[in-house]
Amino acid sequence: MAIVTTSKKACSVNPLKMSQPIGGSFAFMGLRGAMPLLHGSQGCTSFGLTLFVRHFKEAVPMQTTAMSEVATVLGGYENVEQAILNIYNRTKPEIIGINSTGVTETKGDDVEGFIRLIRQKHPQLEKFPLVYVSTPDFKGAFQDGWEKTVARMVEVLVDPVEAGTVRDPVRVNVLPGCHLTPGDLDELRTIIEDFGLKPSFLPDLAGSLDGHIPDEFTPTTIGGIGVDEIATMGQAAWTIAIGAQMERAAEAMQERTGVPFRLFERLCGLIPNDEFIVFLSEISGRPVPVKYRRQRGQLADAMLDAHFHIGGRKLAIGAEPDLLFDLSSMLHEMGAEVAAAVTTTASPVLERVKTHEVLIGDLEDLEELAKARDCDLLITHSHGRQAASRLKIPFYRAGFPMFDRLGAGHLMSVGYRGTRDLVFDLANLVIADRENNHQPTPDTWRNTGAGLQVVPPQLH
Amino acid sequence: MTSLSATIQDVFNEPGCGKNANKTEAERKKGCTKQLQPGGAAGGCAFDGAKIALQPFTDVAHLVHGPIACEGNSWDNRGSASSGSDLWRRSFTTDMNETDIVFGGEKRLYKAIKEVIEKYDPPAIFVYQTCVPAMIGDDINAVCKAAATKFGKPVIPVNSPGFVGPKNLGNKLAGEALLEHVIGTEEPDYTTPYDINIIGEYNLSGEFWQIKPLLDELGIRILSCISGDGKYRELAYSHRAKAAMMVCSKAMINVARKMEERYGIPFFEGSFYGIQDSSDSLREIARMLIERGAPAELMERTEAVIAREEAKAWAAIERFKPRFKDKKVLLITGGVKSWSVVAALQEAGLEIVGTSVKKSTKEDKERIKELMGQDAHMIEDMTPREMYKMLKDARADIMLSGGKSQFVALKAAMPWLDINQERSHGYMGYIGMVELMEEIDKALYNPMWAQLRRPAPWDDAGANWQTKAMAQMDAQAAEIAADPARAEETRRAKKICFCKTVELGAIEDAIAAHGLTTVDGVKERTNASGGCGACKGRIEDILAAQPTPVLQAAE
Repeated sequence: MAIVTTSKKACSVNPLKMSQPIGGSFAFMGLRGAMPLLHGSQGCTSFGLTLFVRHFKEAVPMQTTAMSEVATVLGGYENVEQAILNIYNRTKPEIIGINSTGVTETKGDDVEGFIRLIRQKHPQLEKFPLVYVSTPDFKGAFQDGWEKTVARMVEVLVDPVEAGTVRDPVRVNVLPGCHLTPGDLDELRTIIEDFGLKPSFLPDLAGSLDGHIPDEFTPTTIGGIGVDEIATMGQAAWTIAIGAQMERAAEAMQERTGVPFRLFERLCGLIPNDEFIVFLSEISGRPVPVKYRRQRGQLADAMLDAHFHIGGRKLAIGAEPDLLFDLSSMLHEMGAEVAAAVTTTASPVLERVKTHEVLIGDLEDLEELAKARDCDLLITHSHGRQAASRLKIPFYRAGFPMFDRLGAGHLMSVGYRGTRDLVFDLANLVIADRENNHQPTPDTWRNTGAGLQVVPPQLH
Repeated sequence: MTSLSATIQDVFNEPGCGKNANKTEAERKKGCTKQLQPGGAAGGCAFDGAKIALQPFTDVAHLVHGPIACEGNSWDNRGSASSGSDLWRRSFTTDMNETDIVFGGEKRLYKAIKEVIEKYDPPAIFVYQTCVPAMIGDDINAVCKAAATKFGKPVIPVNSPGFVGPKNLGNKLAGEALLEHVIGTEEPDYTTPYDINIIGEYNLSGEFWQIKPLLDELGIRILSCISGDGKYRELAYSHRAKAAMMVCSKAMINVARKMEERYGIPFFEGSFYGIQDSSDSLREIARMLIERGAPAELMERTEAVIAREEAKAWAAIERFKPRFKDKKVLLITGGVKSWSVVAALQEAGLEIVGTSVKKSTKEDKERIKELMGQDAHMIEDMTPREMYKMLKDARADIMLSGGKSQFVALKAAMPWLDINQERSHGYMGYIGMVELMEEIDKALYNPMWAQLRRPAPWDDAGANWQTKAMAQMDAQAAEIAADPARAEETRRAKKICFCKTVELGAIEDAIAAHGLTTVDGVKERTNASGGCGACKGRIEDILAAQPTPVLQAAE
């Protein structure tokens, strides 16, 4: 069991963490015709927007209530009202998703109250979907913003279901964590549909941020799950939640509609996918298709080929809790040692990470730990690039943001096939590093004791 | 120590700014920041602007005092290049939590400064204020002063919280911090008659190094570059320069003007984009240095270098001429800043079929007509769909623009080149202009386009989204034309003033109702042209087009 500690530094250096509000906006981006709106100063939106655009290399919808200093002090009712009206009139959205920020939370704006007033004052907005989530910047992290926002979507947008209503046995709700990519969601959709089931993804980033060319120029999201479909999610037979962060939304769904849920904390690795496939087979009453029997074999073969390279590697990983737990567990199961683990926010999965200590800290912490513990594989998001070049160890980019490489939206880690490709990528990275940087020379083993050194003791 | 609001007023009062000089006292007080529209705004905040302006100082630790959003969501996102320290790329933030909000963040900030000094020992620390600590009353000036005294190191407060205004205000507030706390605080080891400052240049993609070798060759020393590849000490003794060049943008005009006022350093506004502009700027630098005491032979050497470089560049561009023959360019930027880029594109044989004029003045527009002919497409403010139609109608072969419109071009399978700040290639000086041609050539002749424009085999060629979009636009236009009431409505809905969102109809009504004859009159009644002032020309045209009886009736 890992001990979870929090960095005591006054100054965070090279942050791993990003803020809650943009995690919330990210969730709204998985809804069709949506306009995410941050209630804060215009910078709150523009920084987040830039980050998403650089990650996906797509146009991204995101707006701001553009709070000035004066508006912040006096309260933001007018700004919220104007923003909603402007967006409603100009971009014709199907839903506006509002997240608060540090500025407006410090003032203490009662946005739910604002929304009630705005609906009264403007009858055209009476029934218009407006979802508000409180997400101050000075608490939690990106993943928390996503978690709260999806749970709130369920509470506001899913129609309640009468007790005893007959459910549609083939409908399945899927609540994916923010660590899954559009590519992951497409893979899951294929797998679930192969069992004859009809999945509804909430949110569905694969519909909006997969890079497809829309039929219309629209200033809102160009795809994703529709508000109409969300309303009927209560008719599904099951909810599948992926990542511990989604338990909250799954519970909200169960409470509101009685749909039972199954939480899959991980979908990367052999065993987690065995459980997932067996579950799908059980709820659908169908045998496992031949395709997945073959894919399982391919993953097993990939693990055999790759374990020579991954086994014994000392991993330094920095990621949000669910991604950290998923990837580090898979690598641990391939024989790697999780030597340094840094994350952004608290989560029940952290103490089950296969290591001695998980630090809630920053990339400076990760870099120092990686150095002290002699790590030889680094996994974190693109902001780890400076640390990687100083440490001179192989670096695999995972998580958000990935702004300095292409194809972030299509990287996969779920399913037998996604795990297989990930295992190959990681092993190839290690092989390339050995070829480029660790070729033996006549002197490699000449010095006394070289190669016989005691493994450096763990710091804990 | 001046208060933040006093500093902002001072910045608004900038006499060096041409636009500002044309304003009344009352307007100047309101400042040059346009009113932001909730739900319709884009662009960064004042903190963003301050950070952009100062972050390229490479050996400084940039410490952001605020919750995680301000720095955690934005760090390491600029492409400036450094010849030395990489400290500027590391990120430092107090990552304020709820406890700090309740009890105040000053102690955390002080401790953070201490940690940074202990671990990284930078020559100086810049501390950036953000909205939340500004709201709860954290006095960063006092903390920085205490820390500077205690640790014997410059700790510079940069007071530019996001909610005071947009990015360009932040640029200027950053400049104020340098003027107040840094410039003039140290002395150079030696000076030469060839010392200059470059102000407002960020060395994006290392592009300033495309021009620096020429300055080196001429023996011209960059005493301080504010701020690309800059170092703290150079900045601190930059008041000993003989002359300064303010690079194109007005982002730091207050720094240039106040250094002239305080230290007698004359400056000029120049650009290294384009061949002609590069030559003009080199000449102007030489002229100013000679005026300030450098030997006159500097000009001869400068002319020799210019002649050599121009000849090389034109020769290099020559080879593109046959390939660029009959190729058409659509140029979309926030106002055509660099005419010599246009000239160079035309010299290489490209035809410029349209350009954006949203931020251009009337003189700019005249010049566009002069350069591109009377029928040049001038684009005011466009929706993506209109932009797409424009690409098609103008039959452009390539679009050069800032990052924002790239998705329209790329999705329309149209070659596109980024000429704004996020680009990854340097386009400065003579070499840069040739590089720009090379990039245009690569984009134009990539065989990929032909494949991307093919419809999927199972799609009806006439039913793809492009055709649909065009058909929709045409149908809409026809509908409007057929219905005189709607046509009039559409005509009146044309936006004239983008800053204050004033439509043609409102202006016409005001003119009719009050018998207005001047731009100022229109401004008084409608608020149009009360922002950046770029629409003055448009309003003049509207006034000129009014039937005389209206005027007579008023008189």
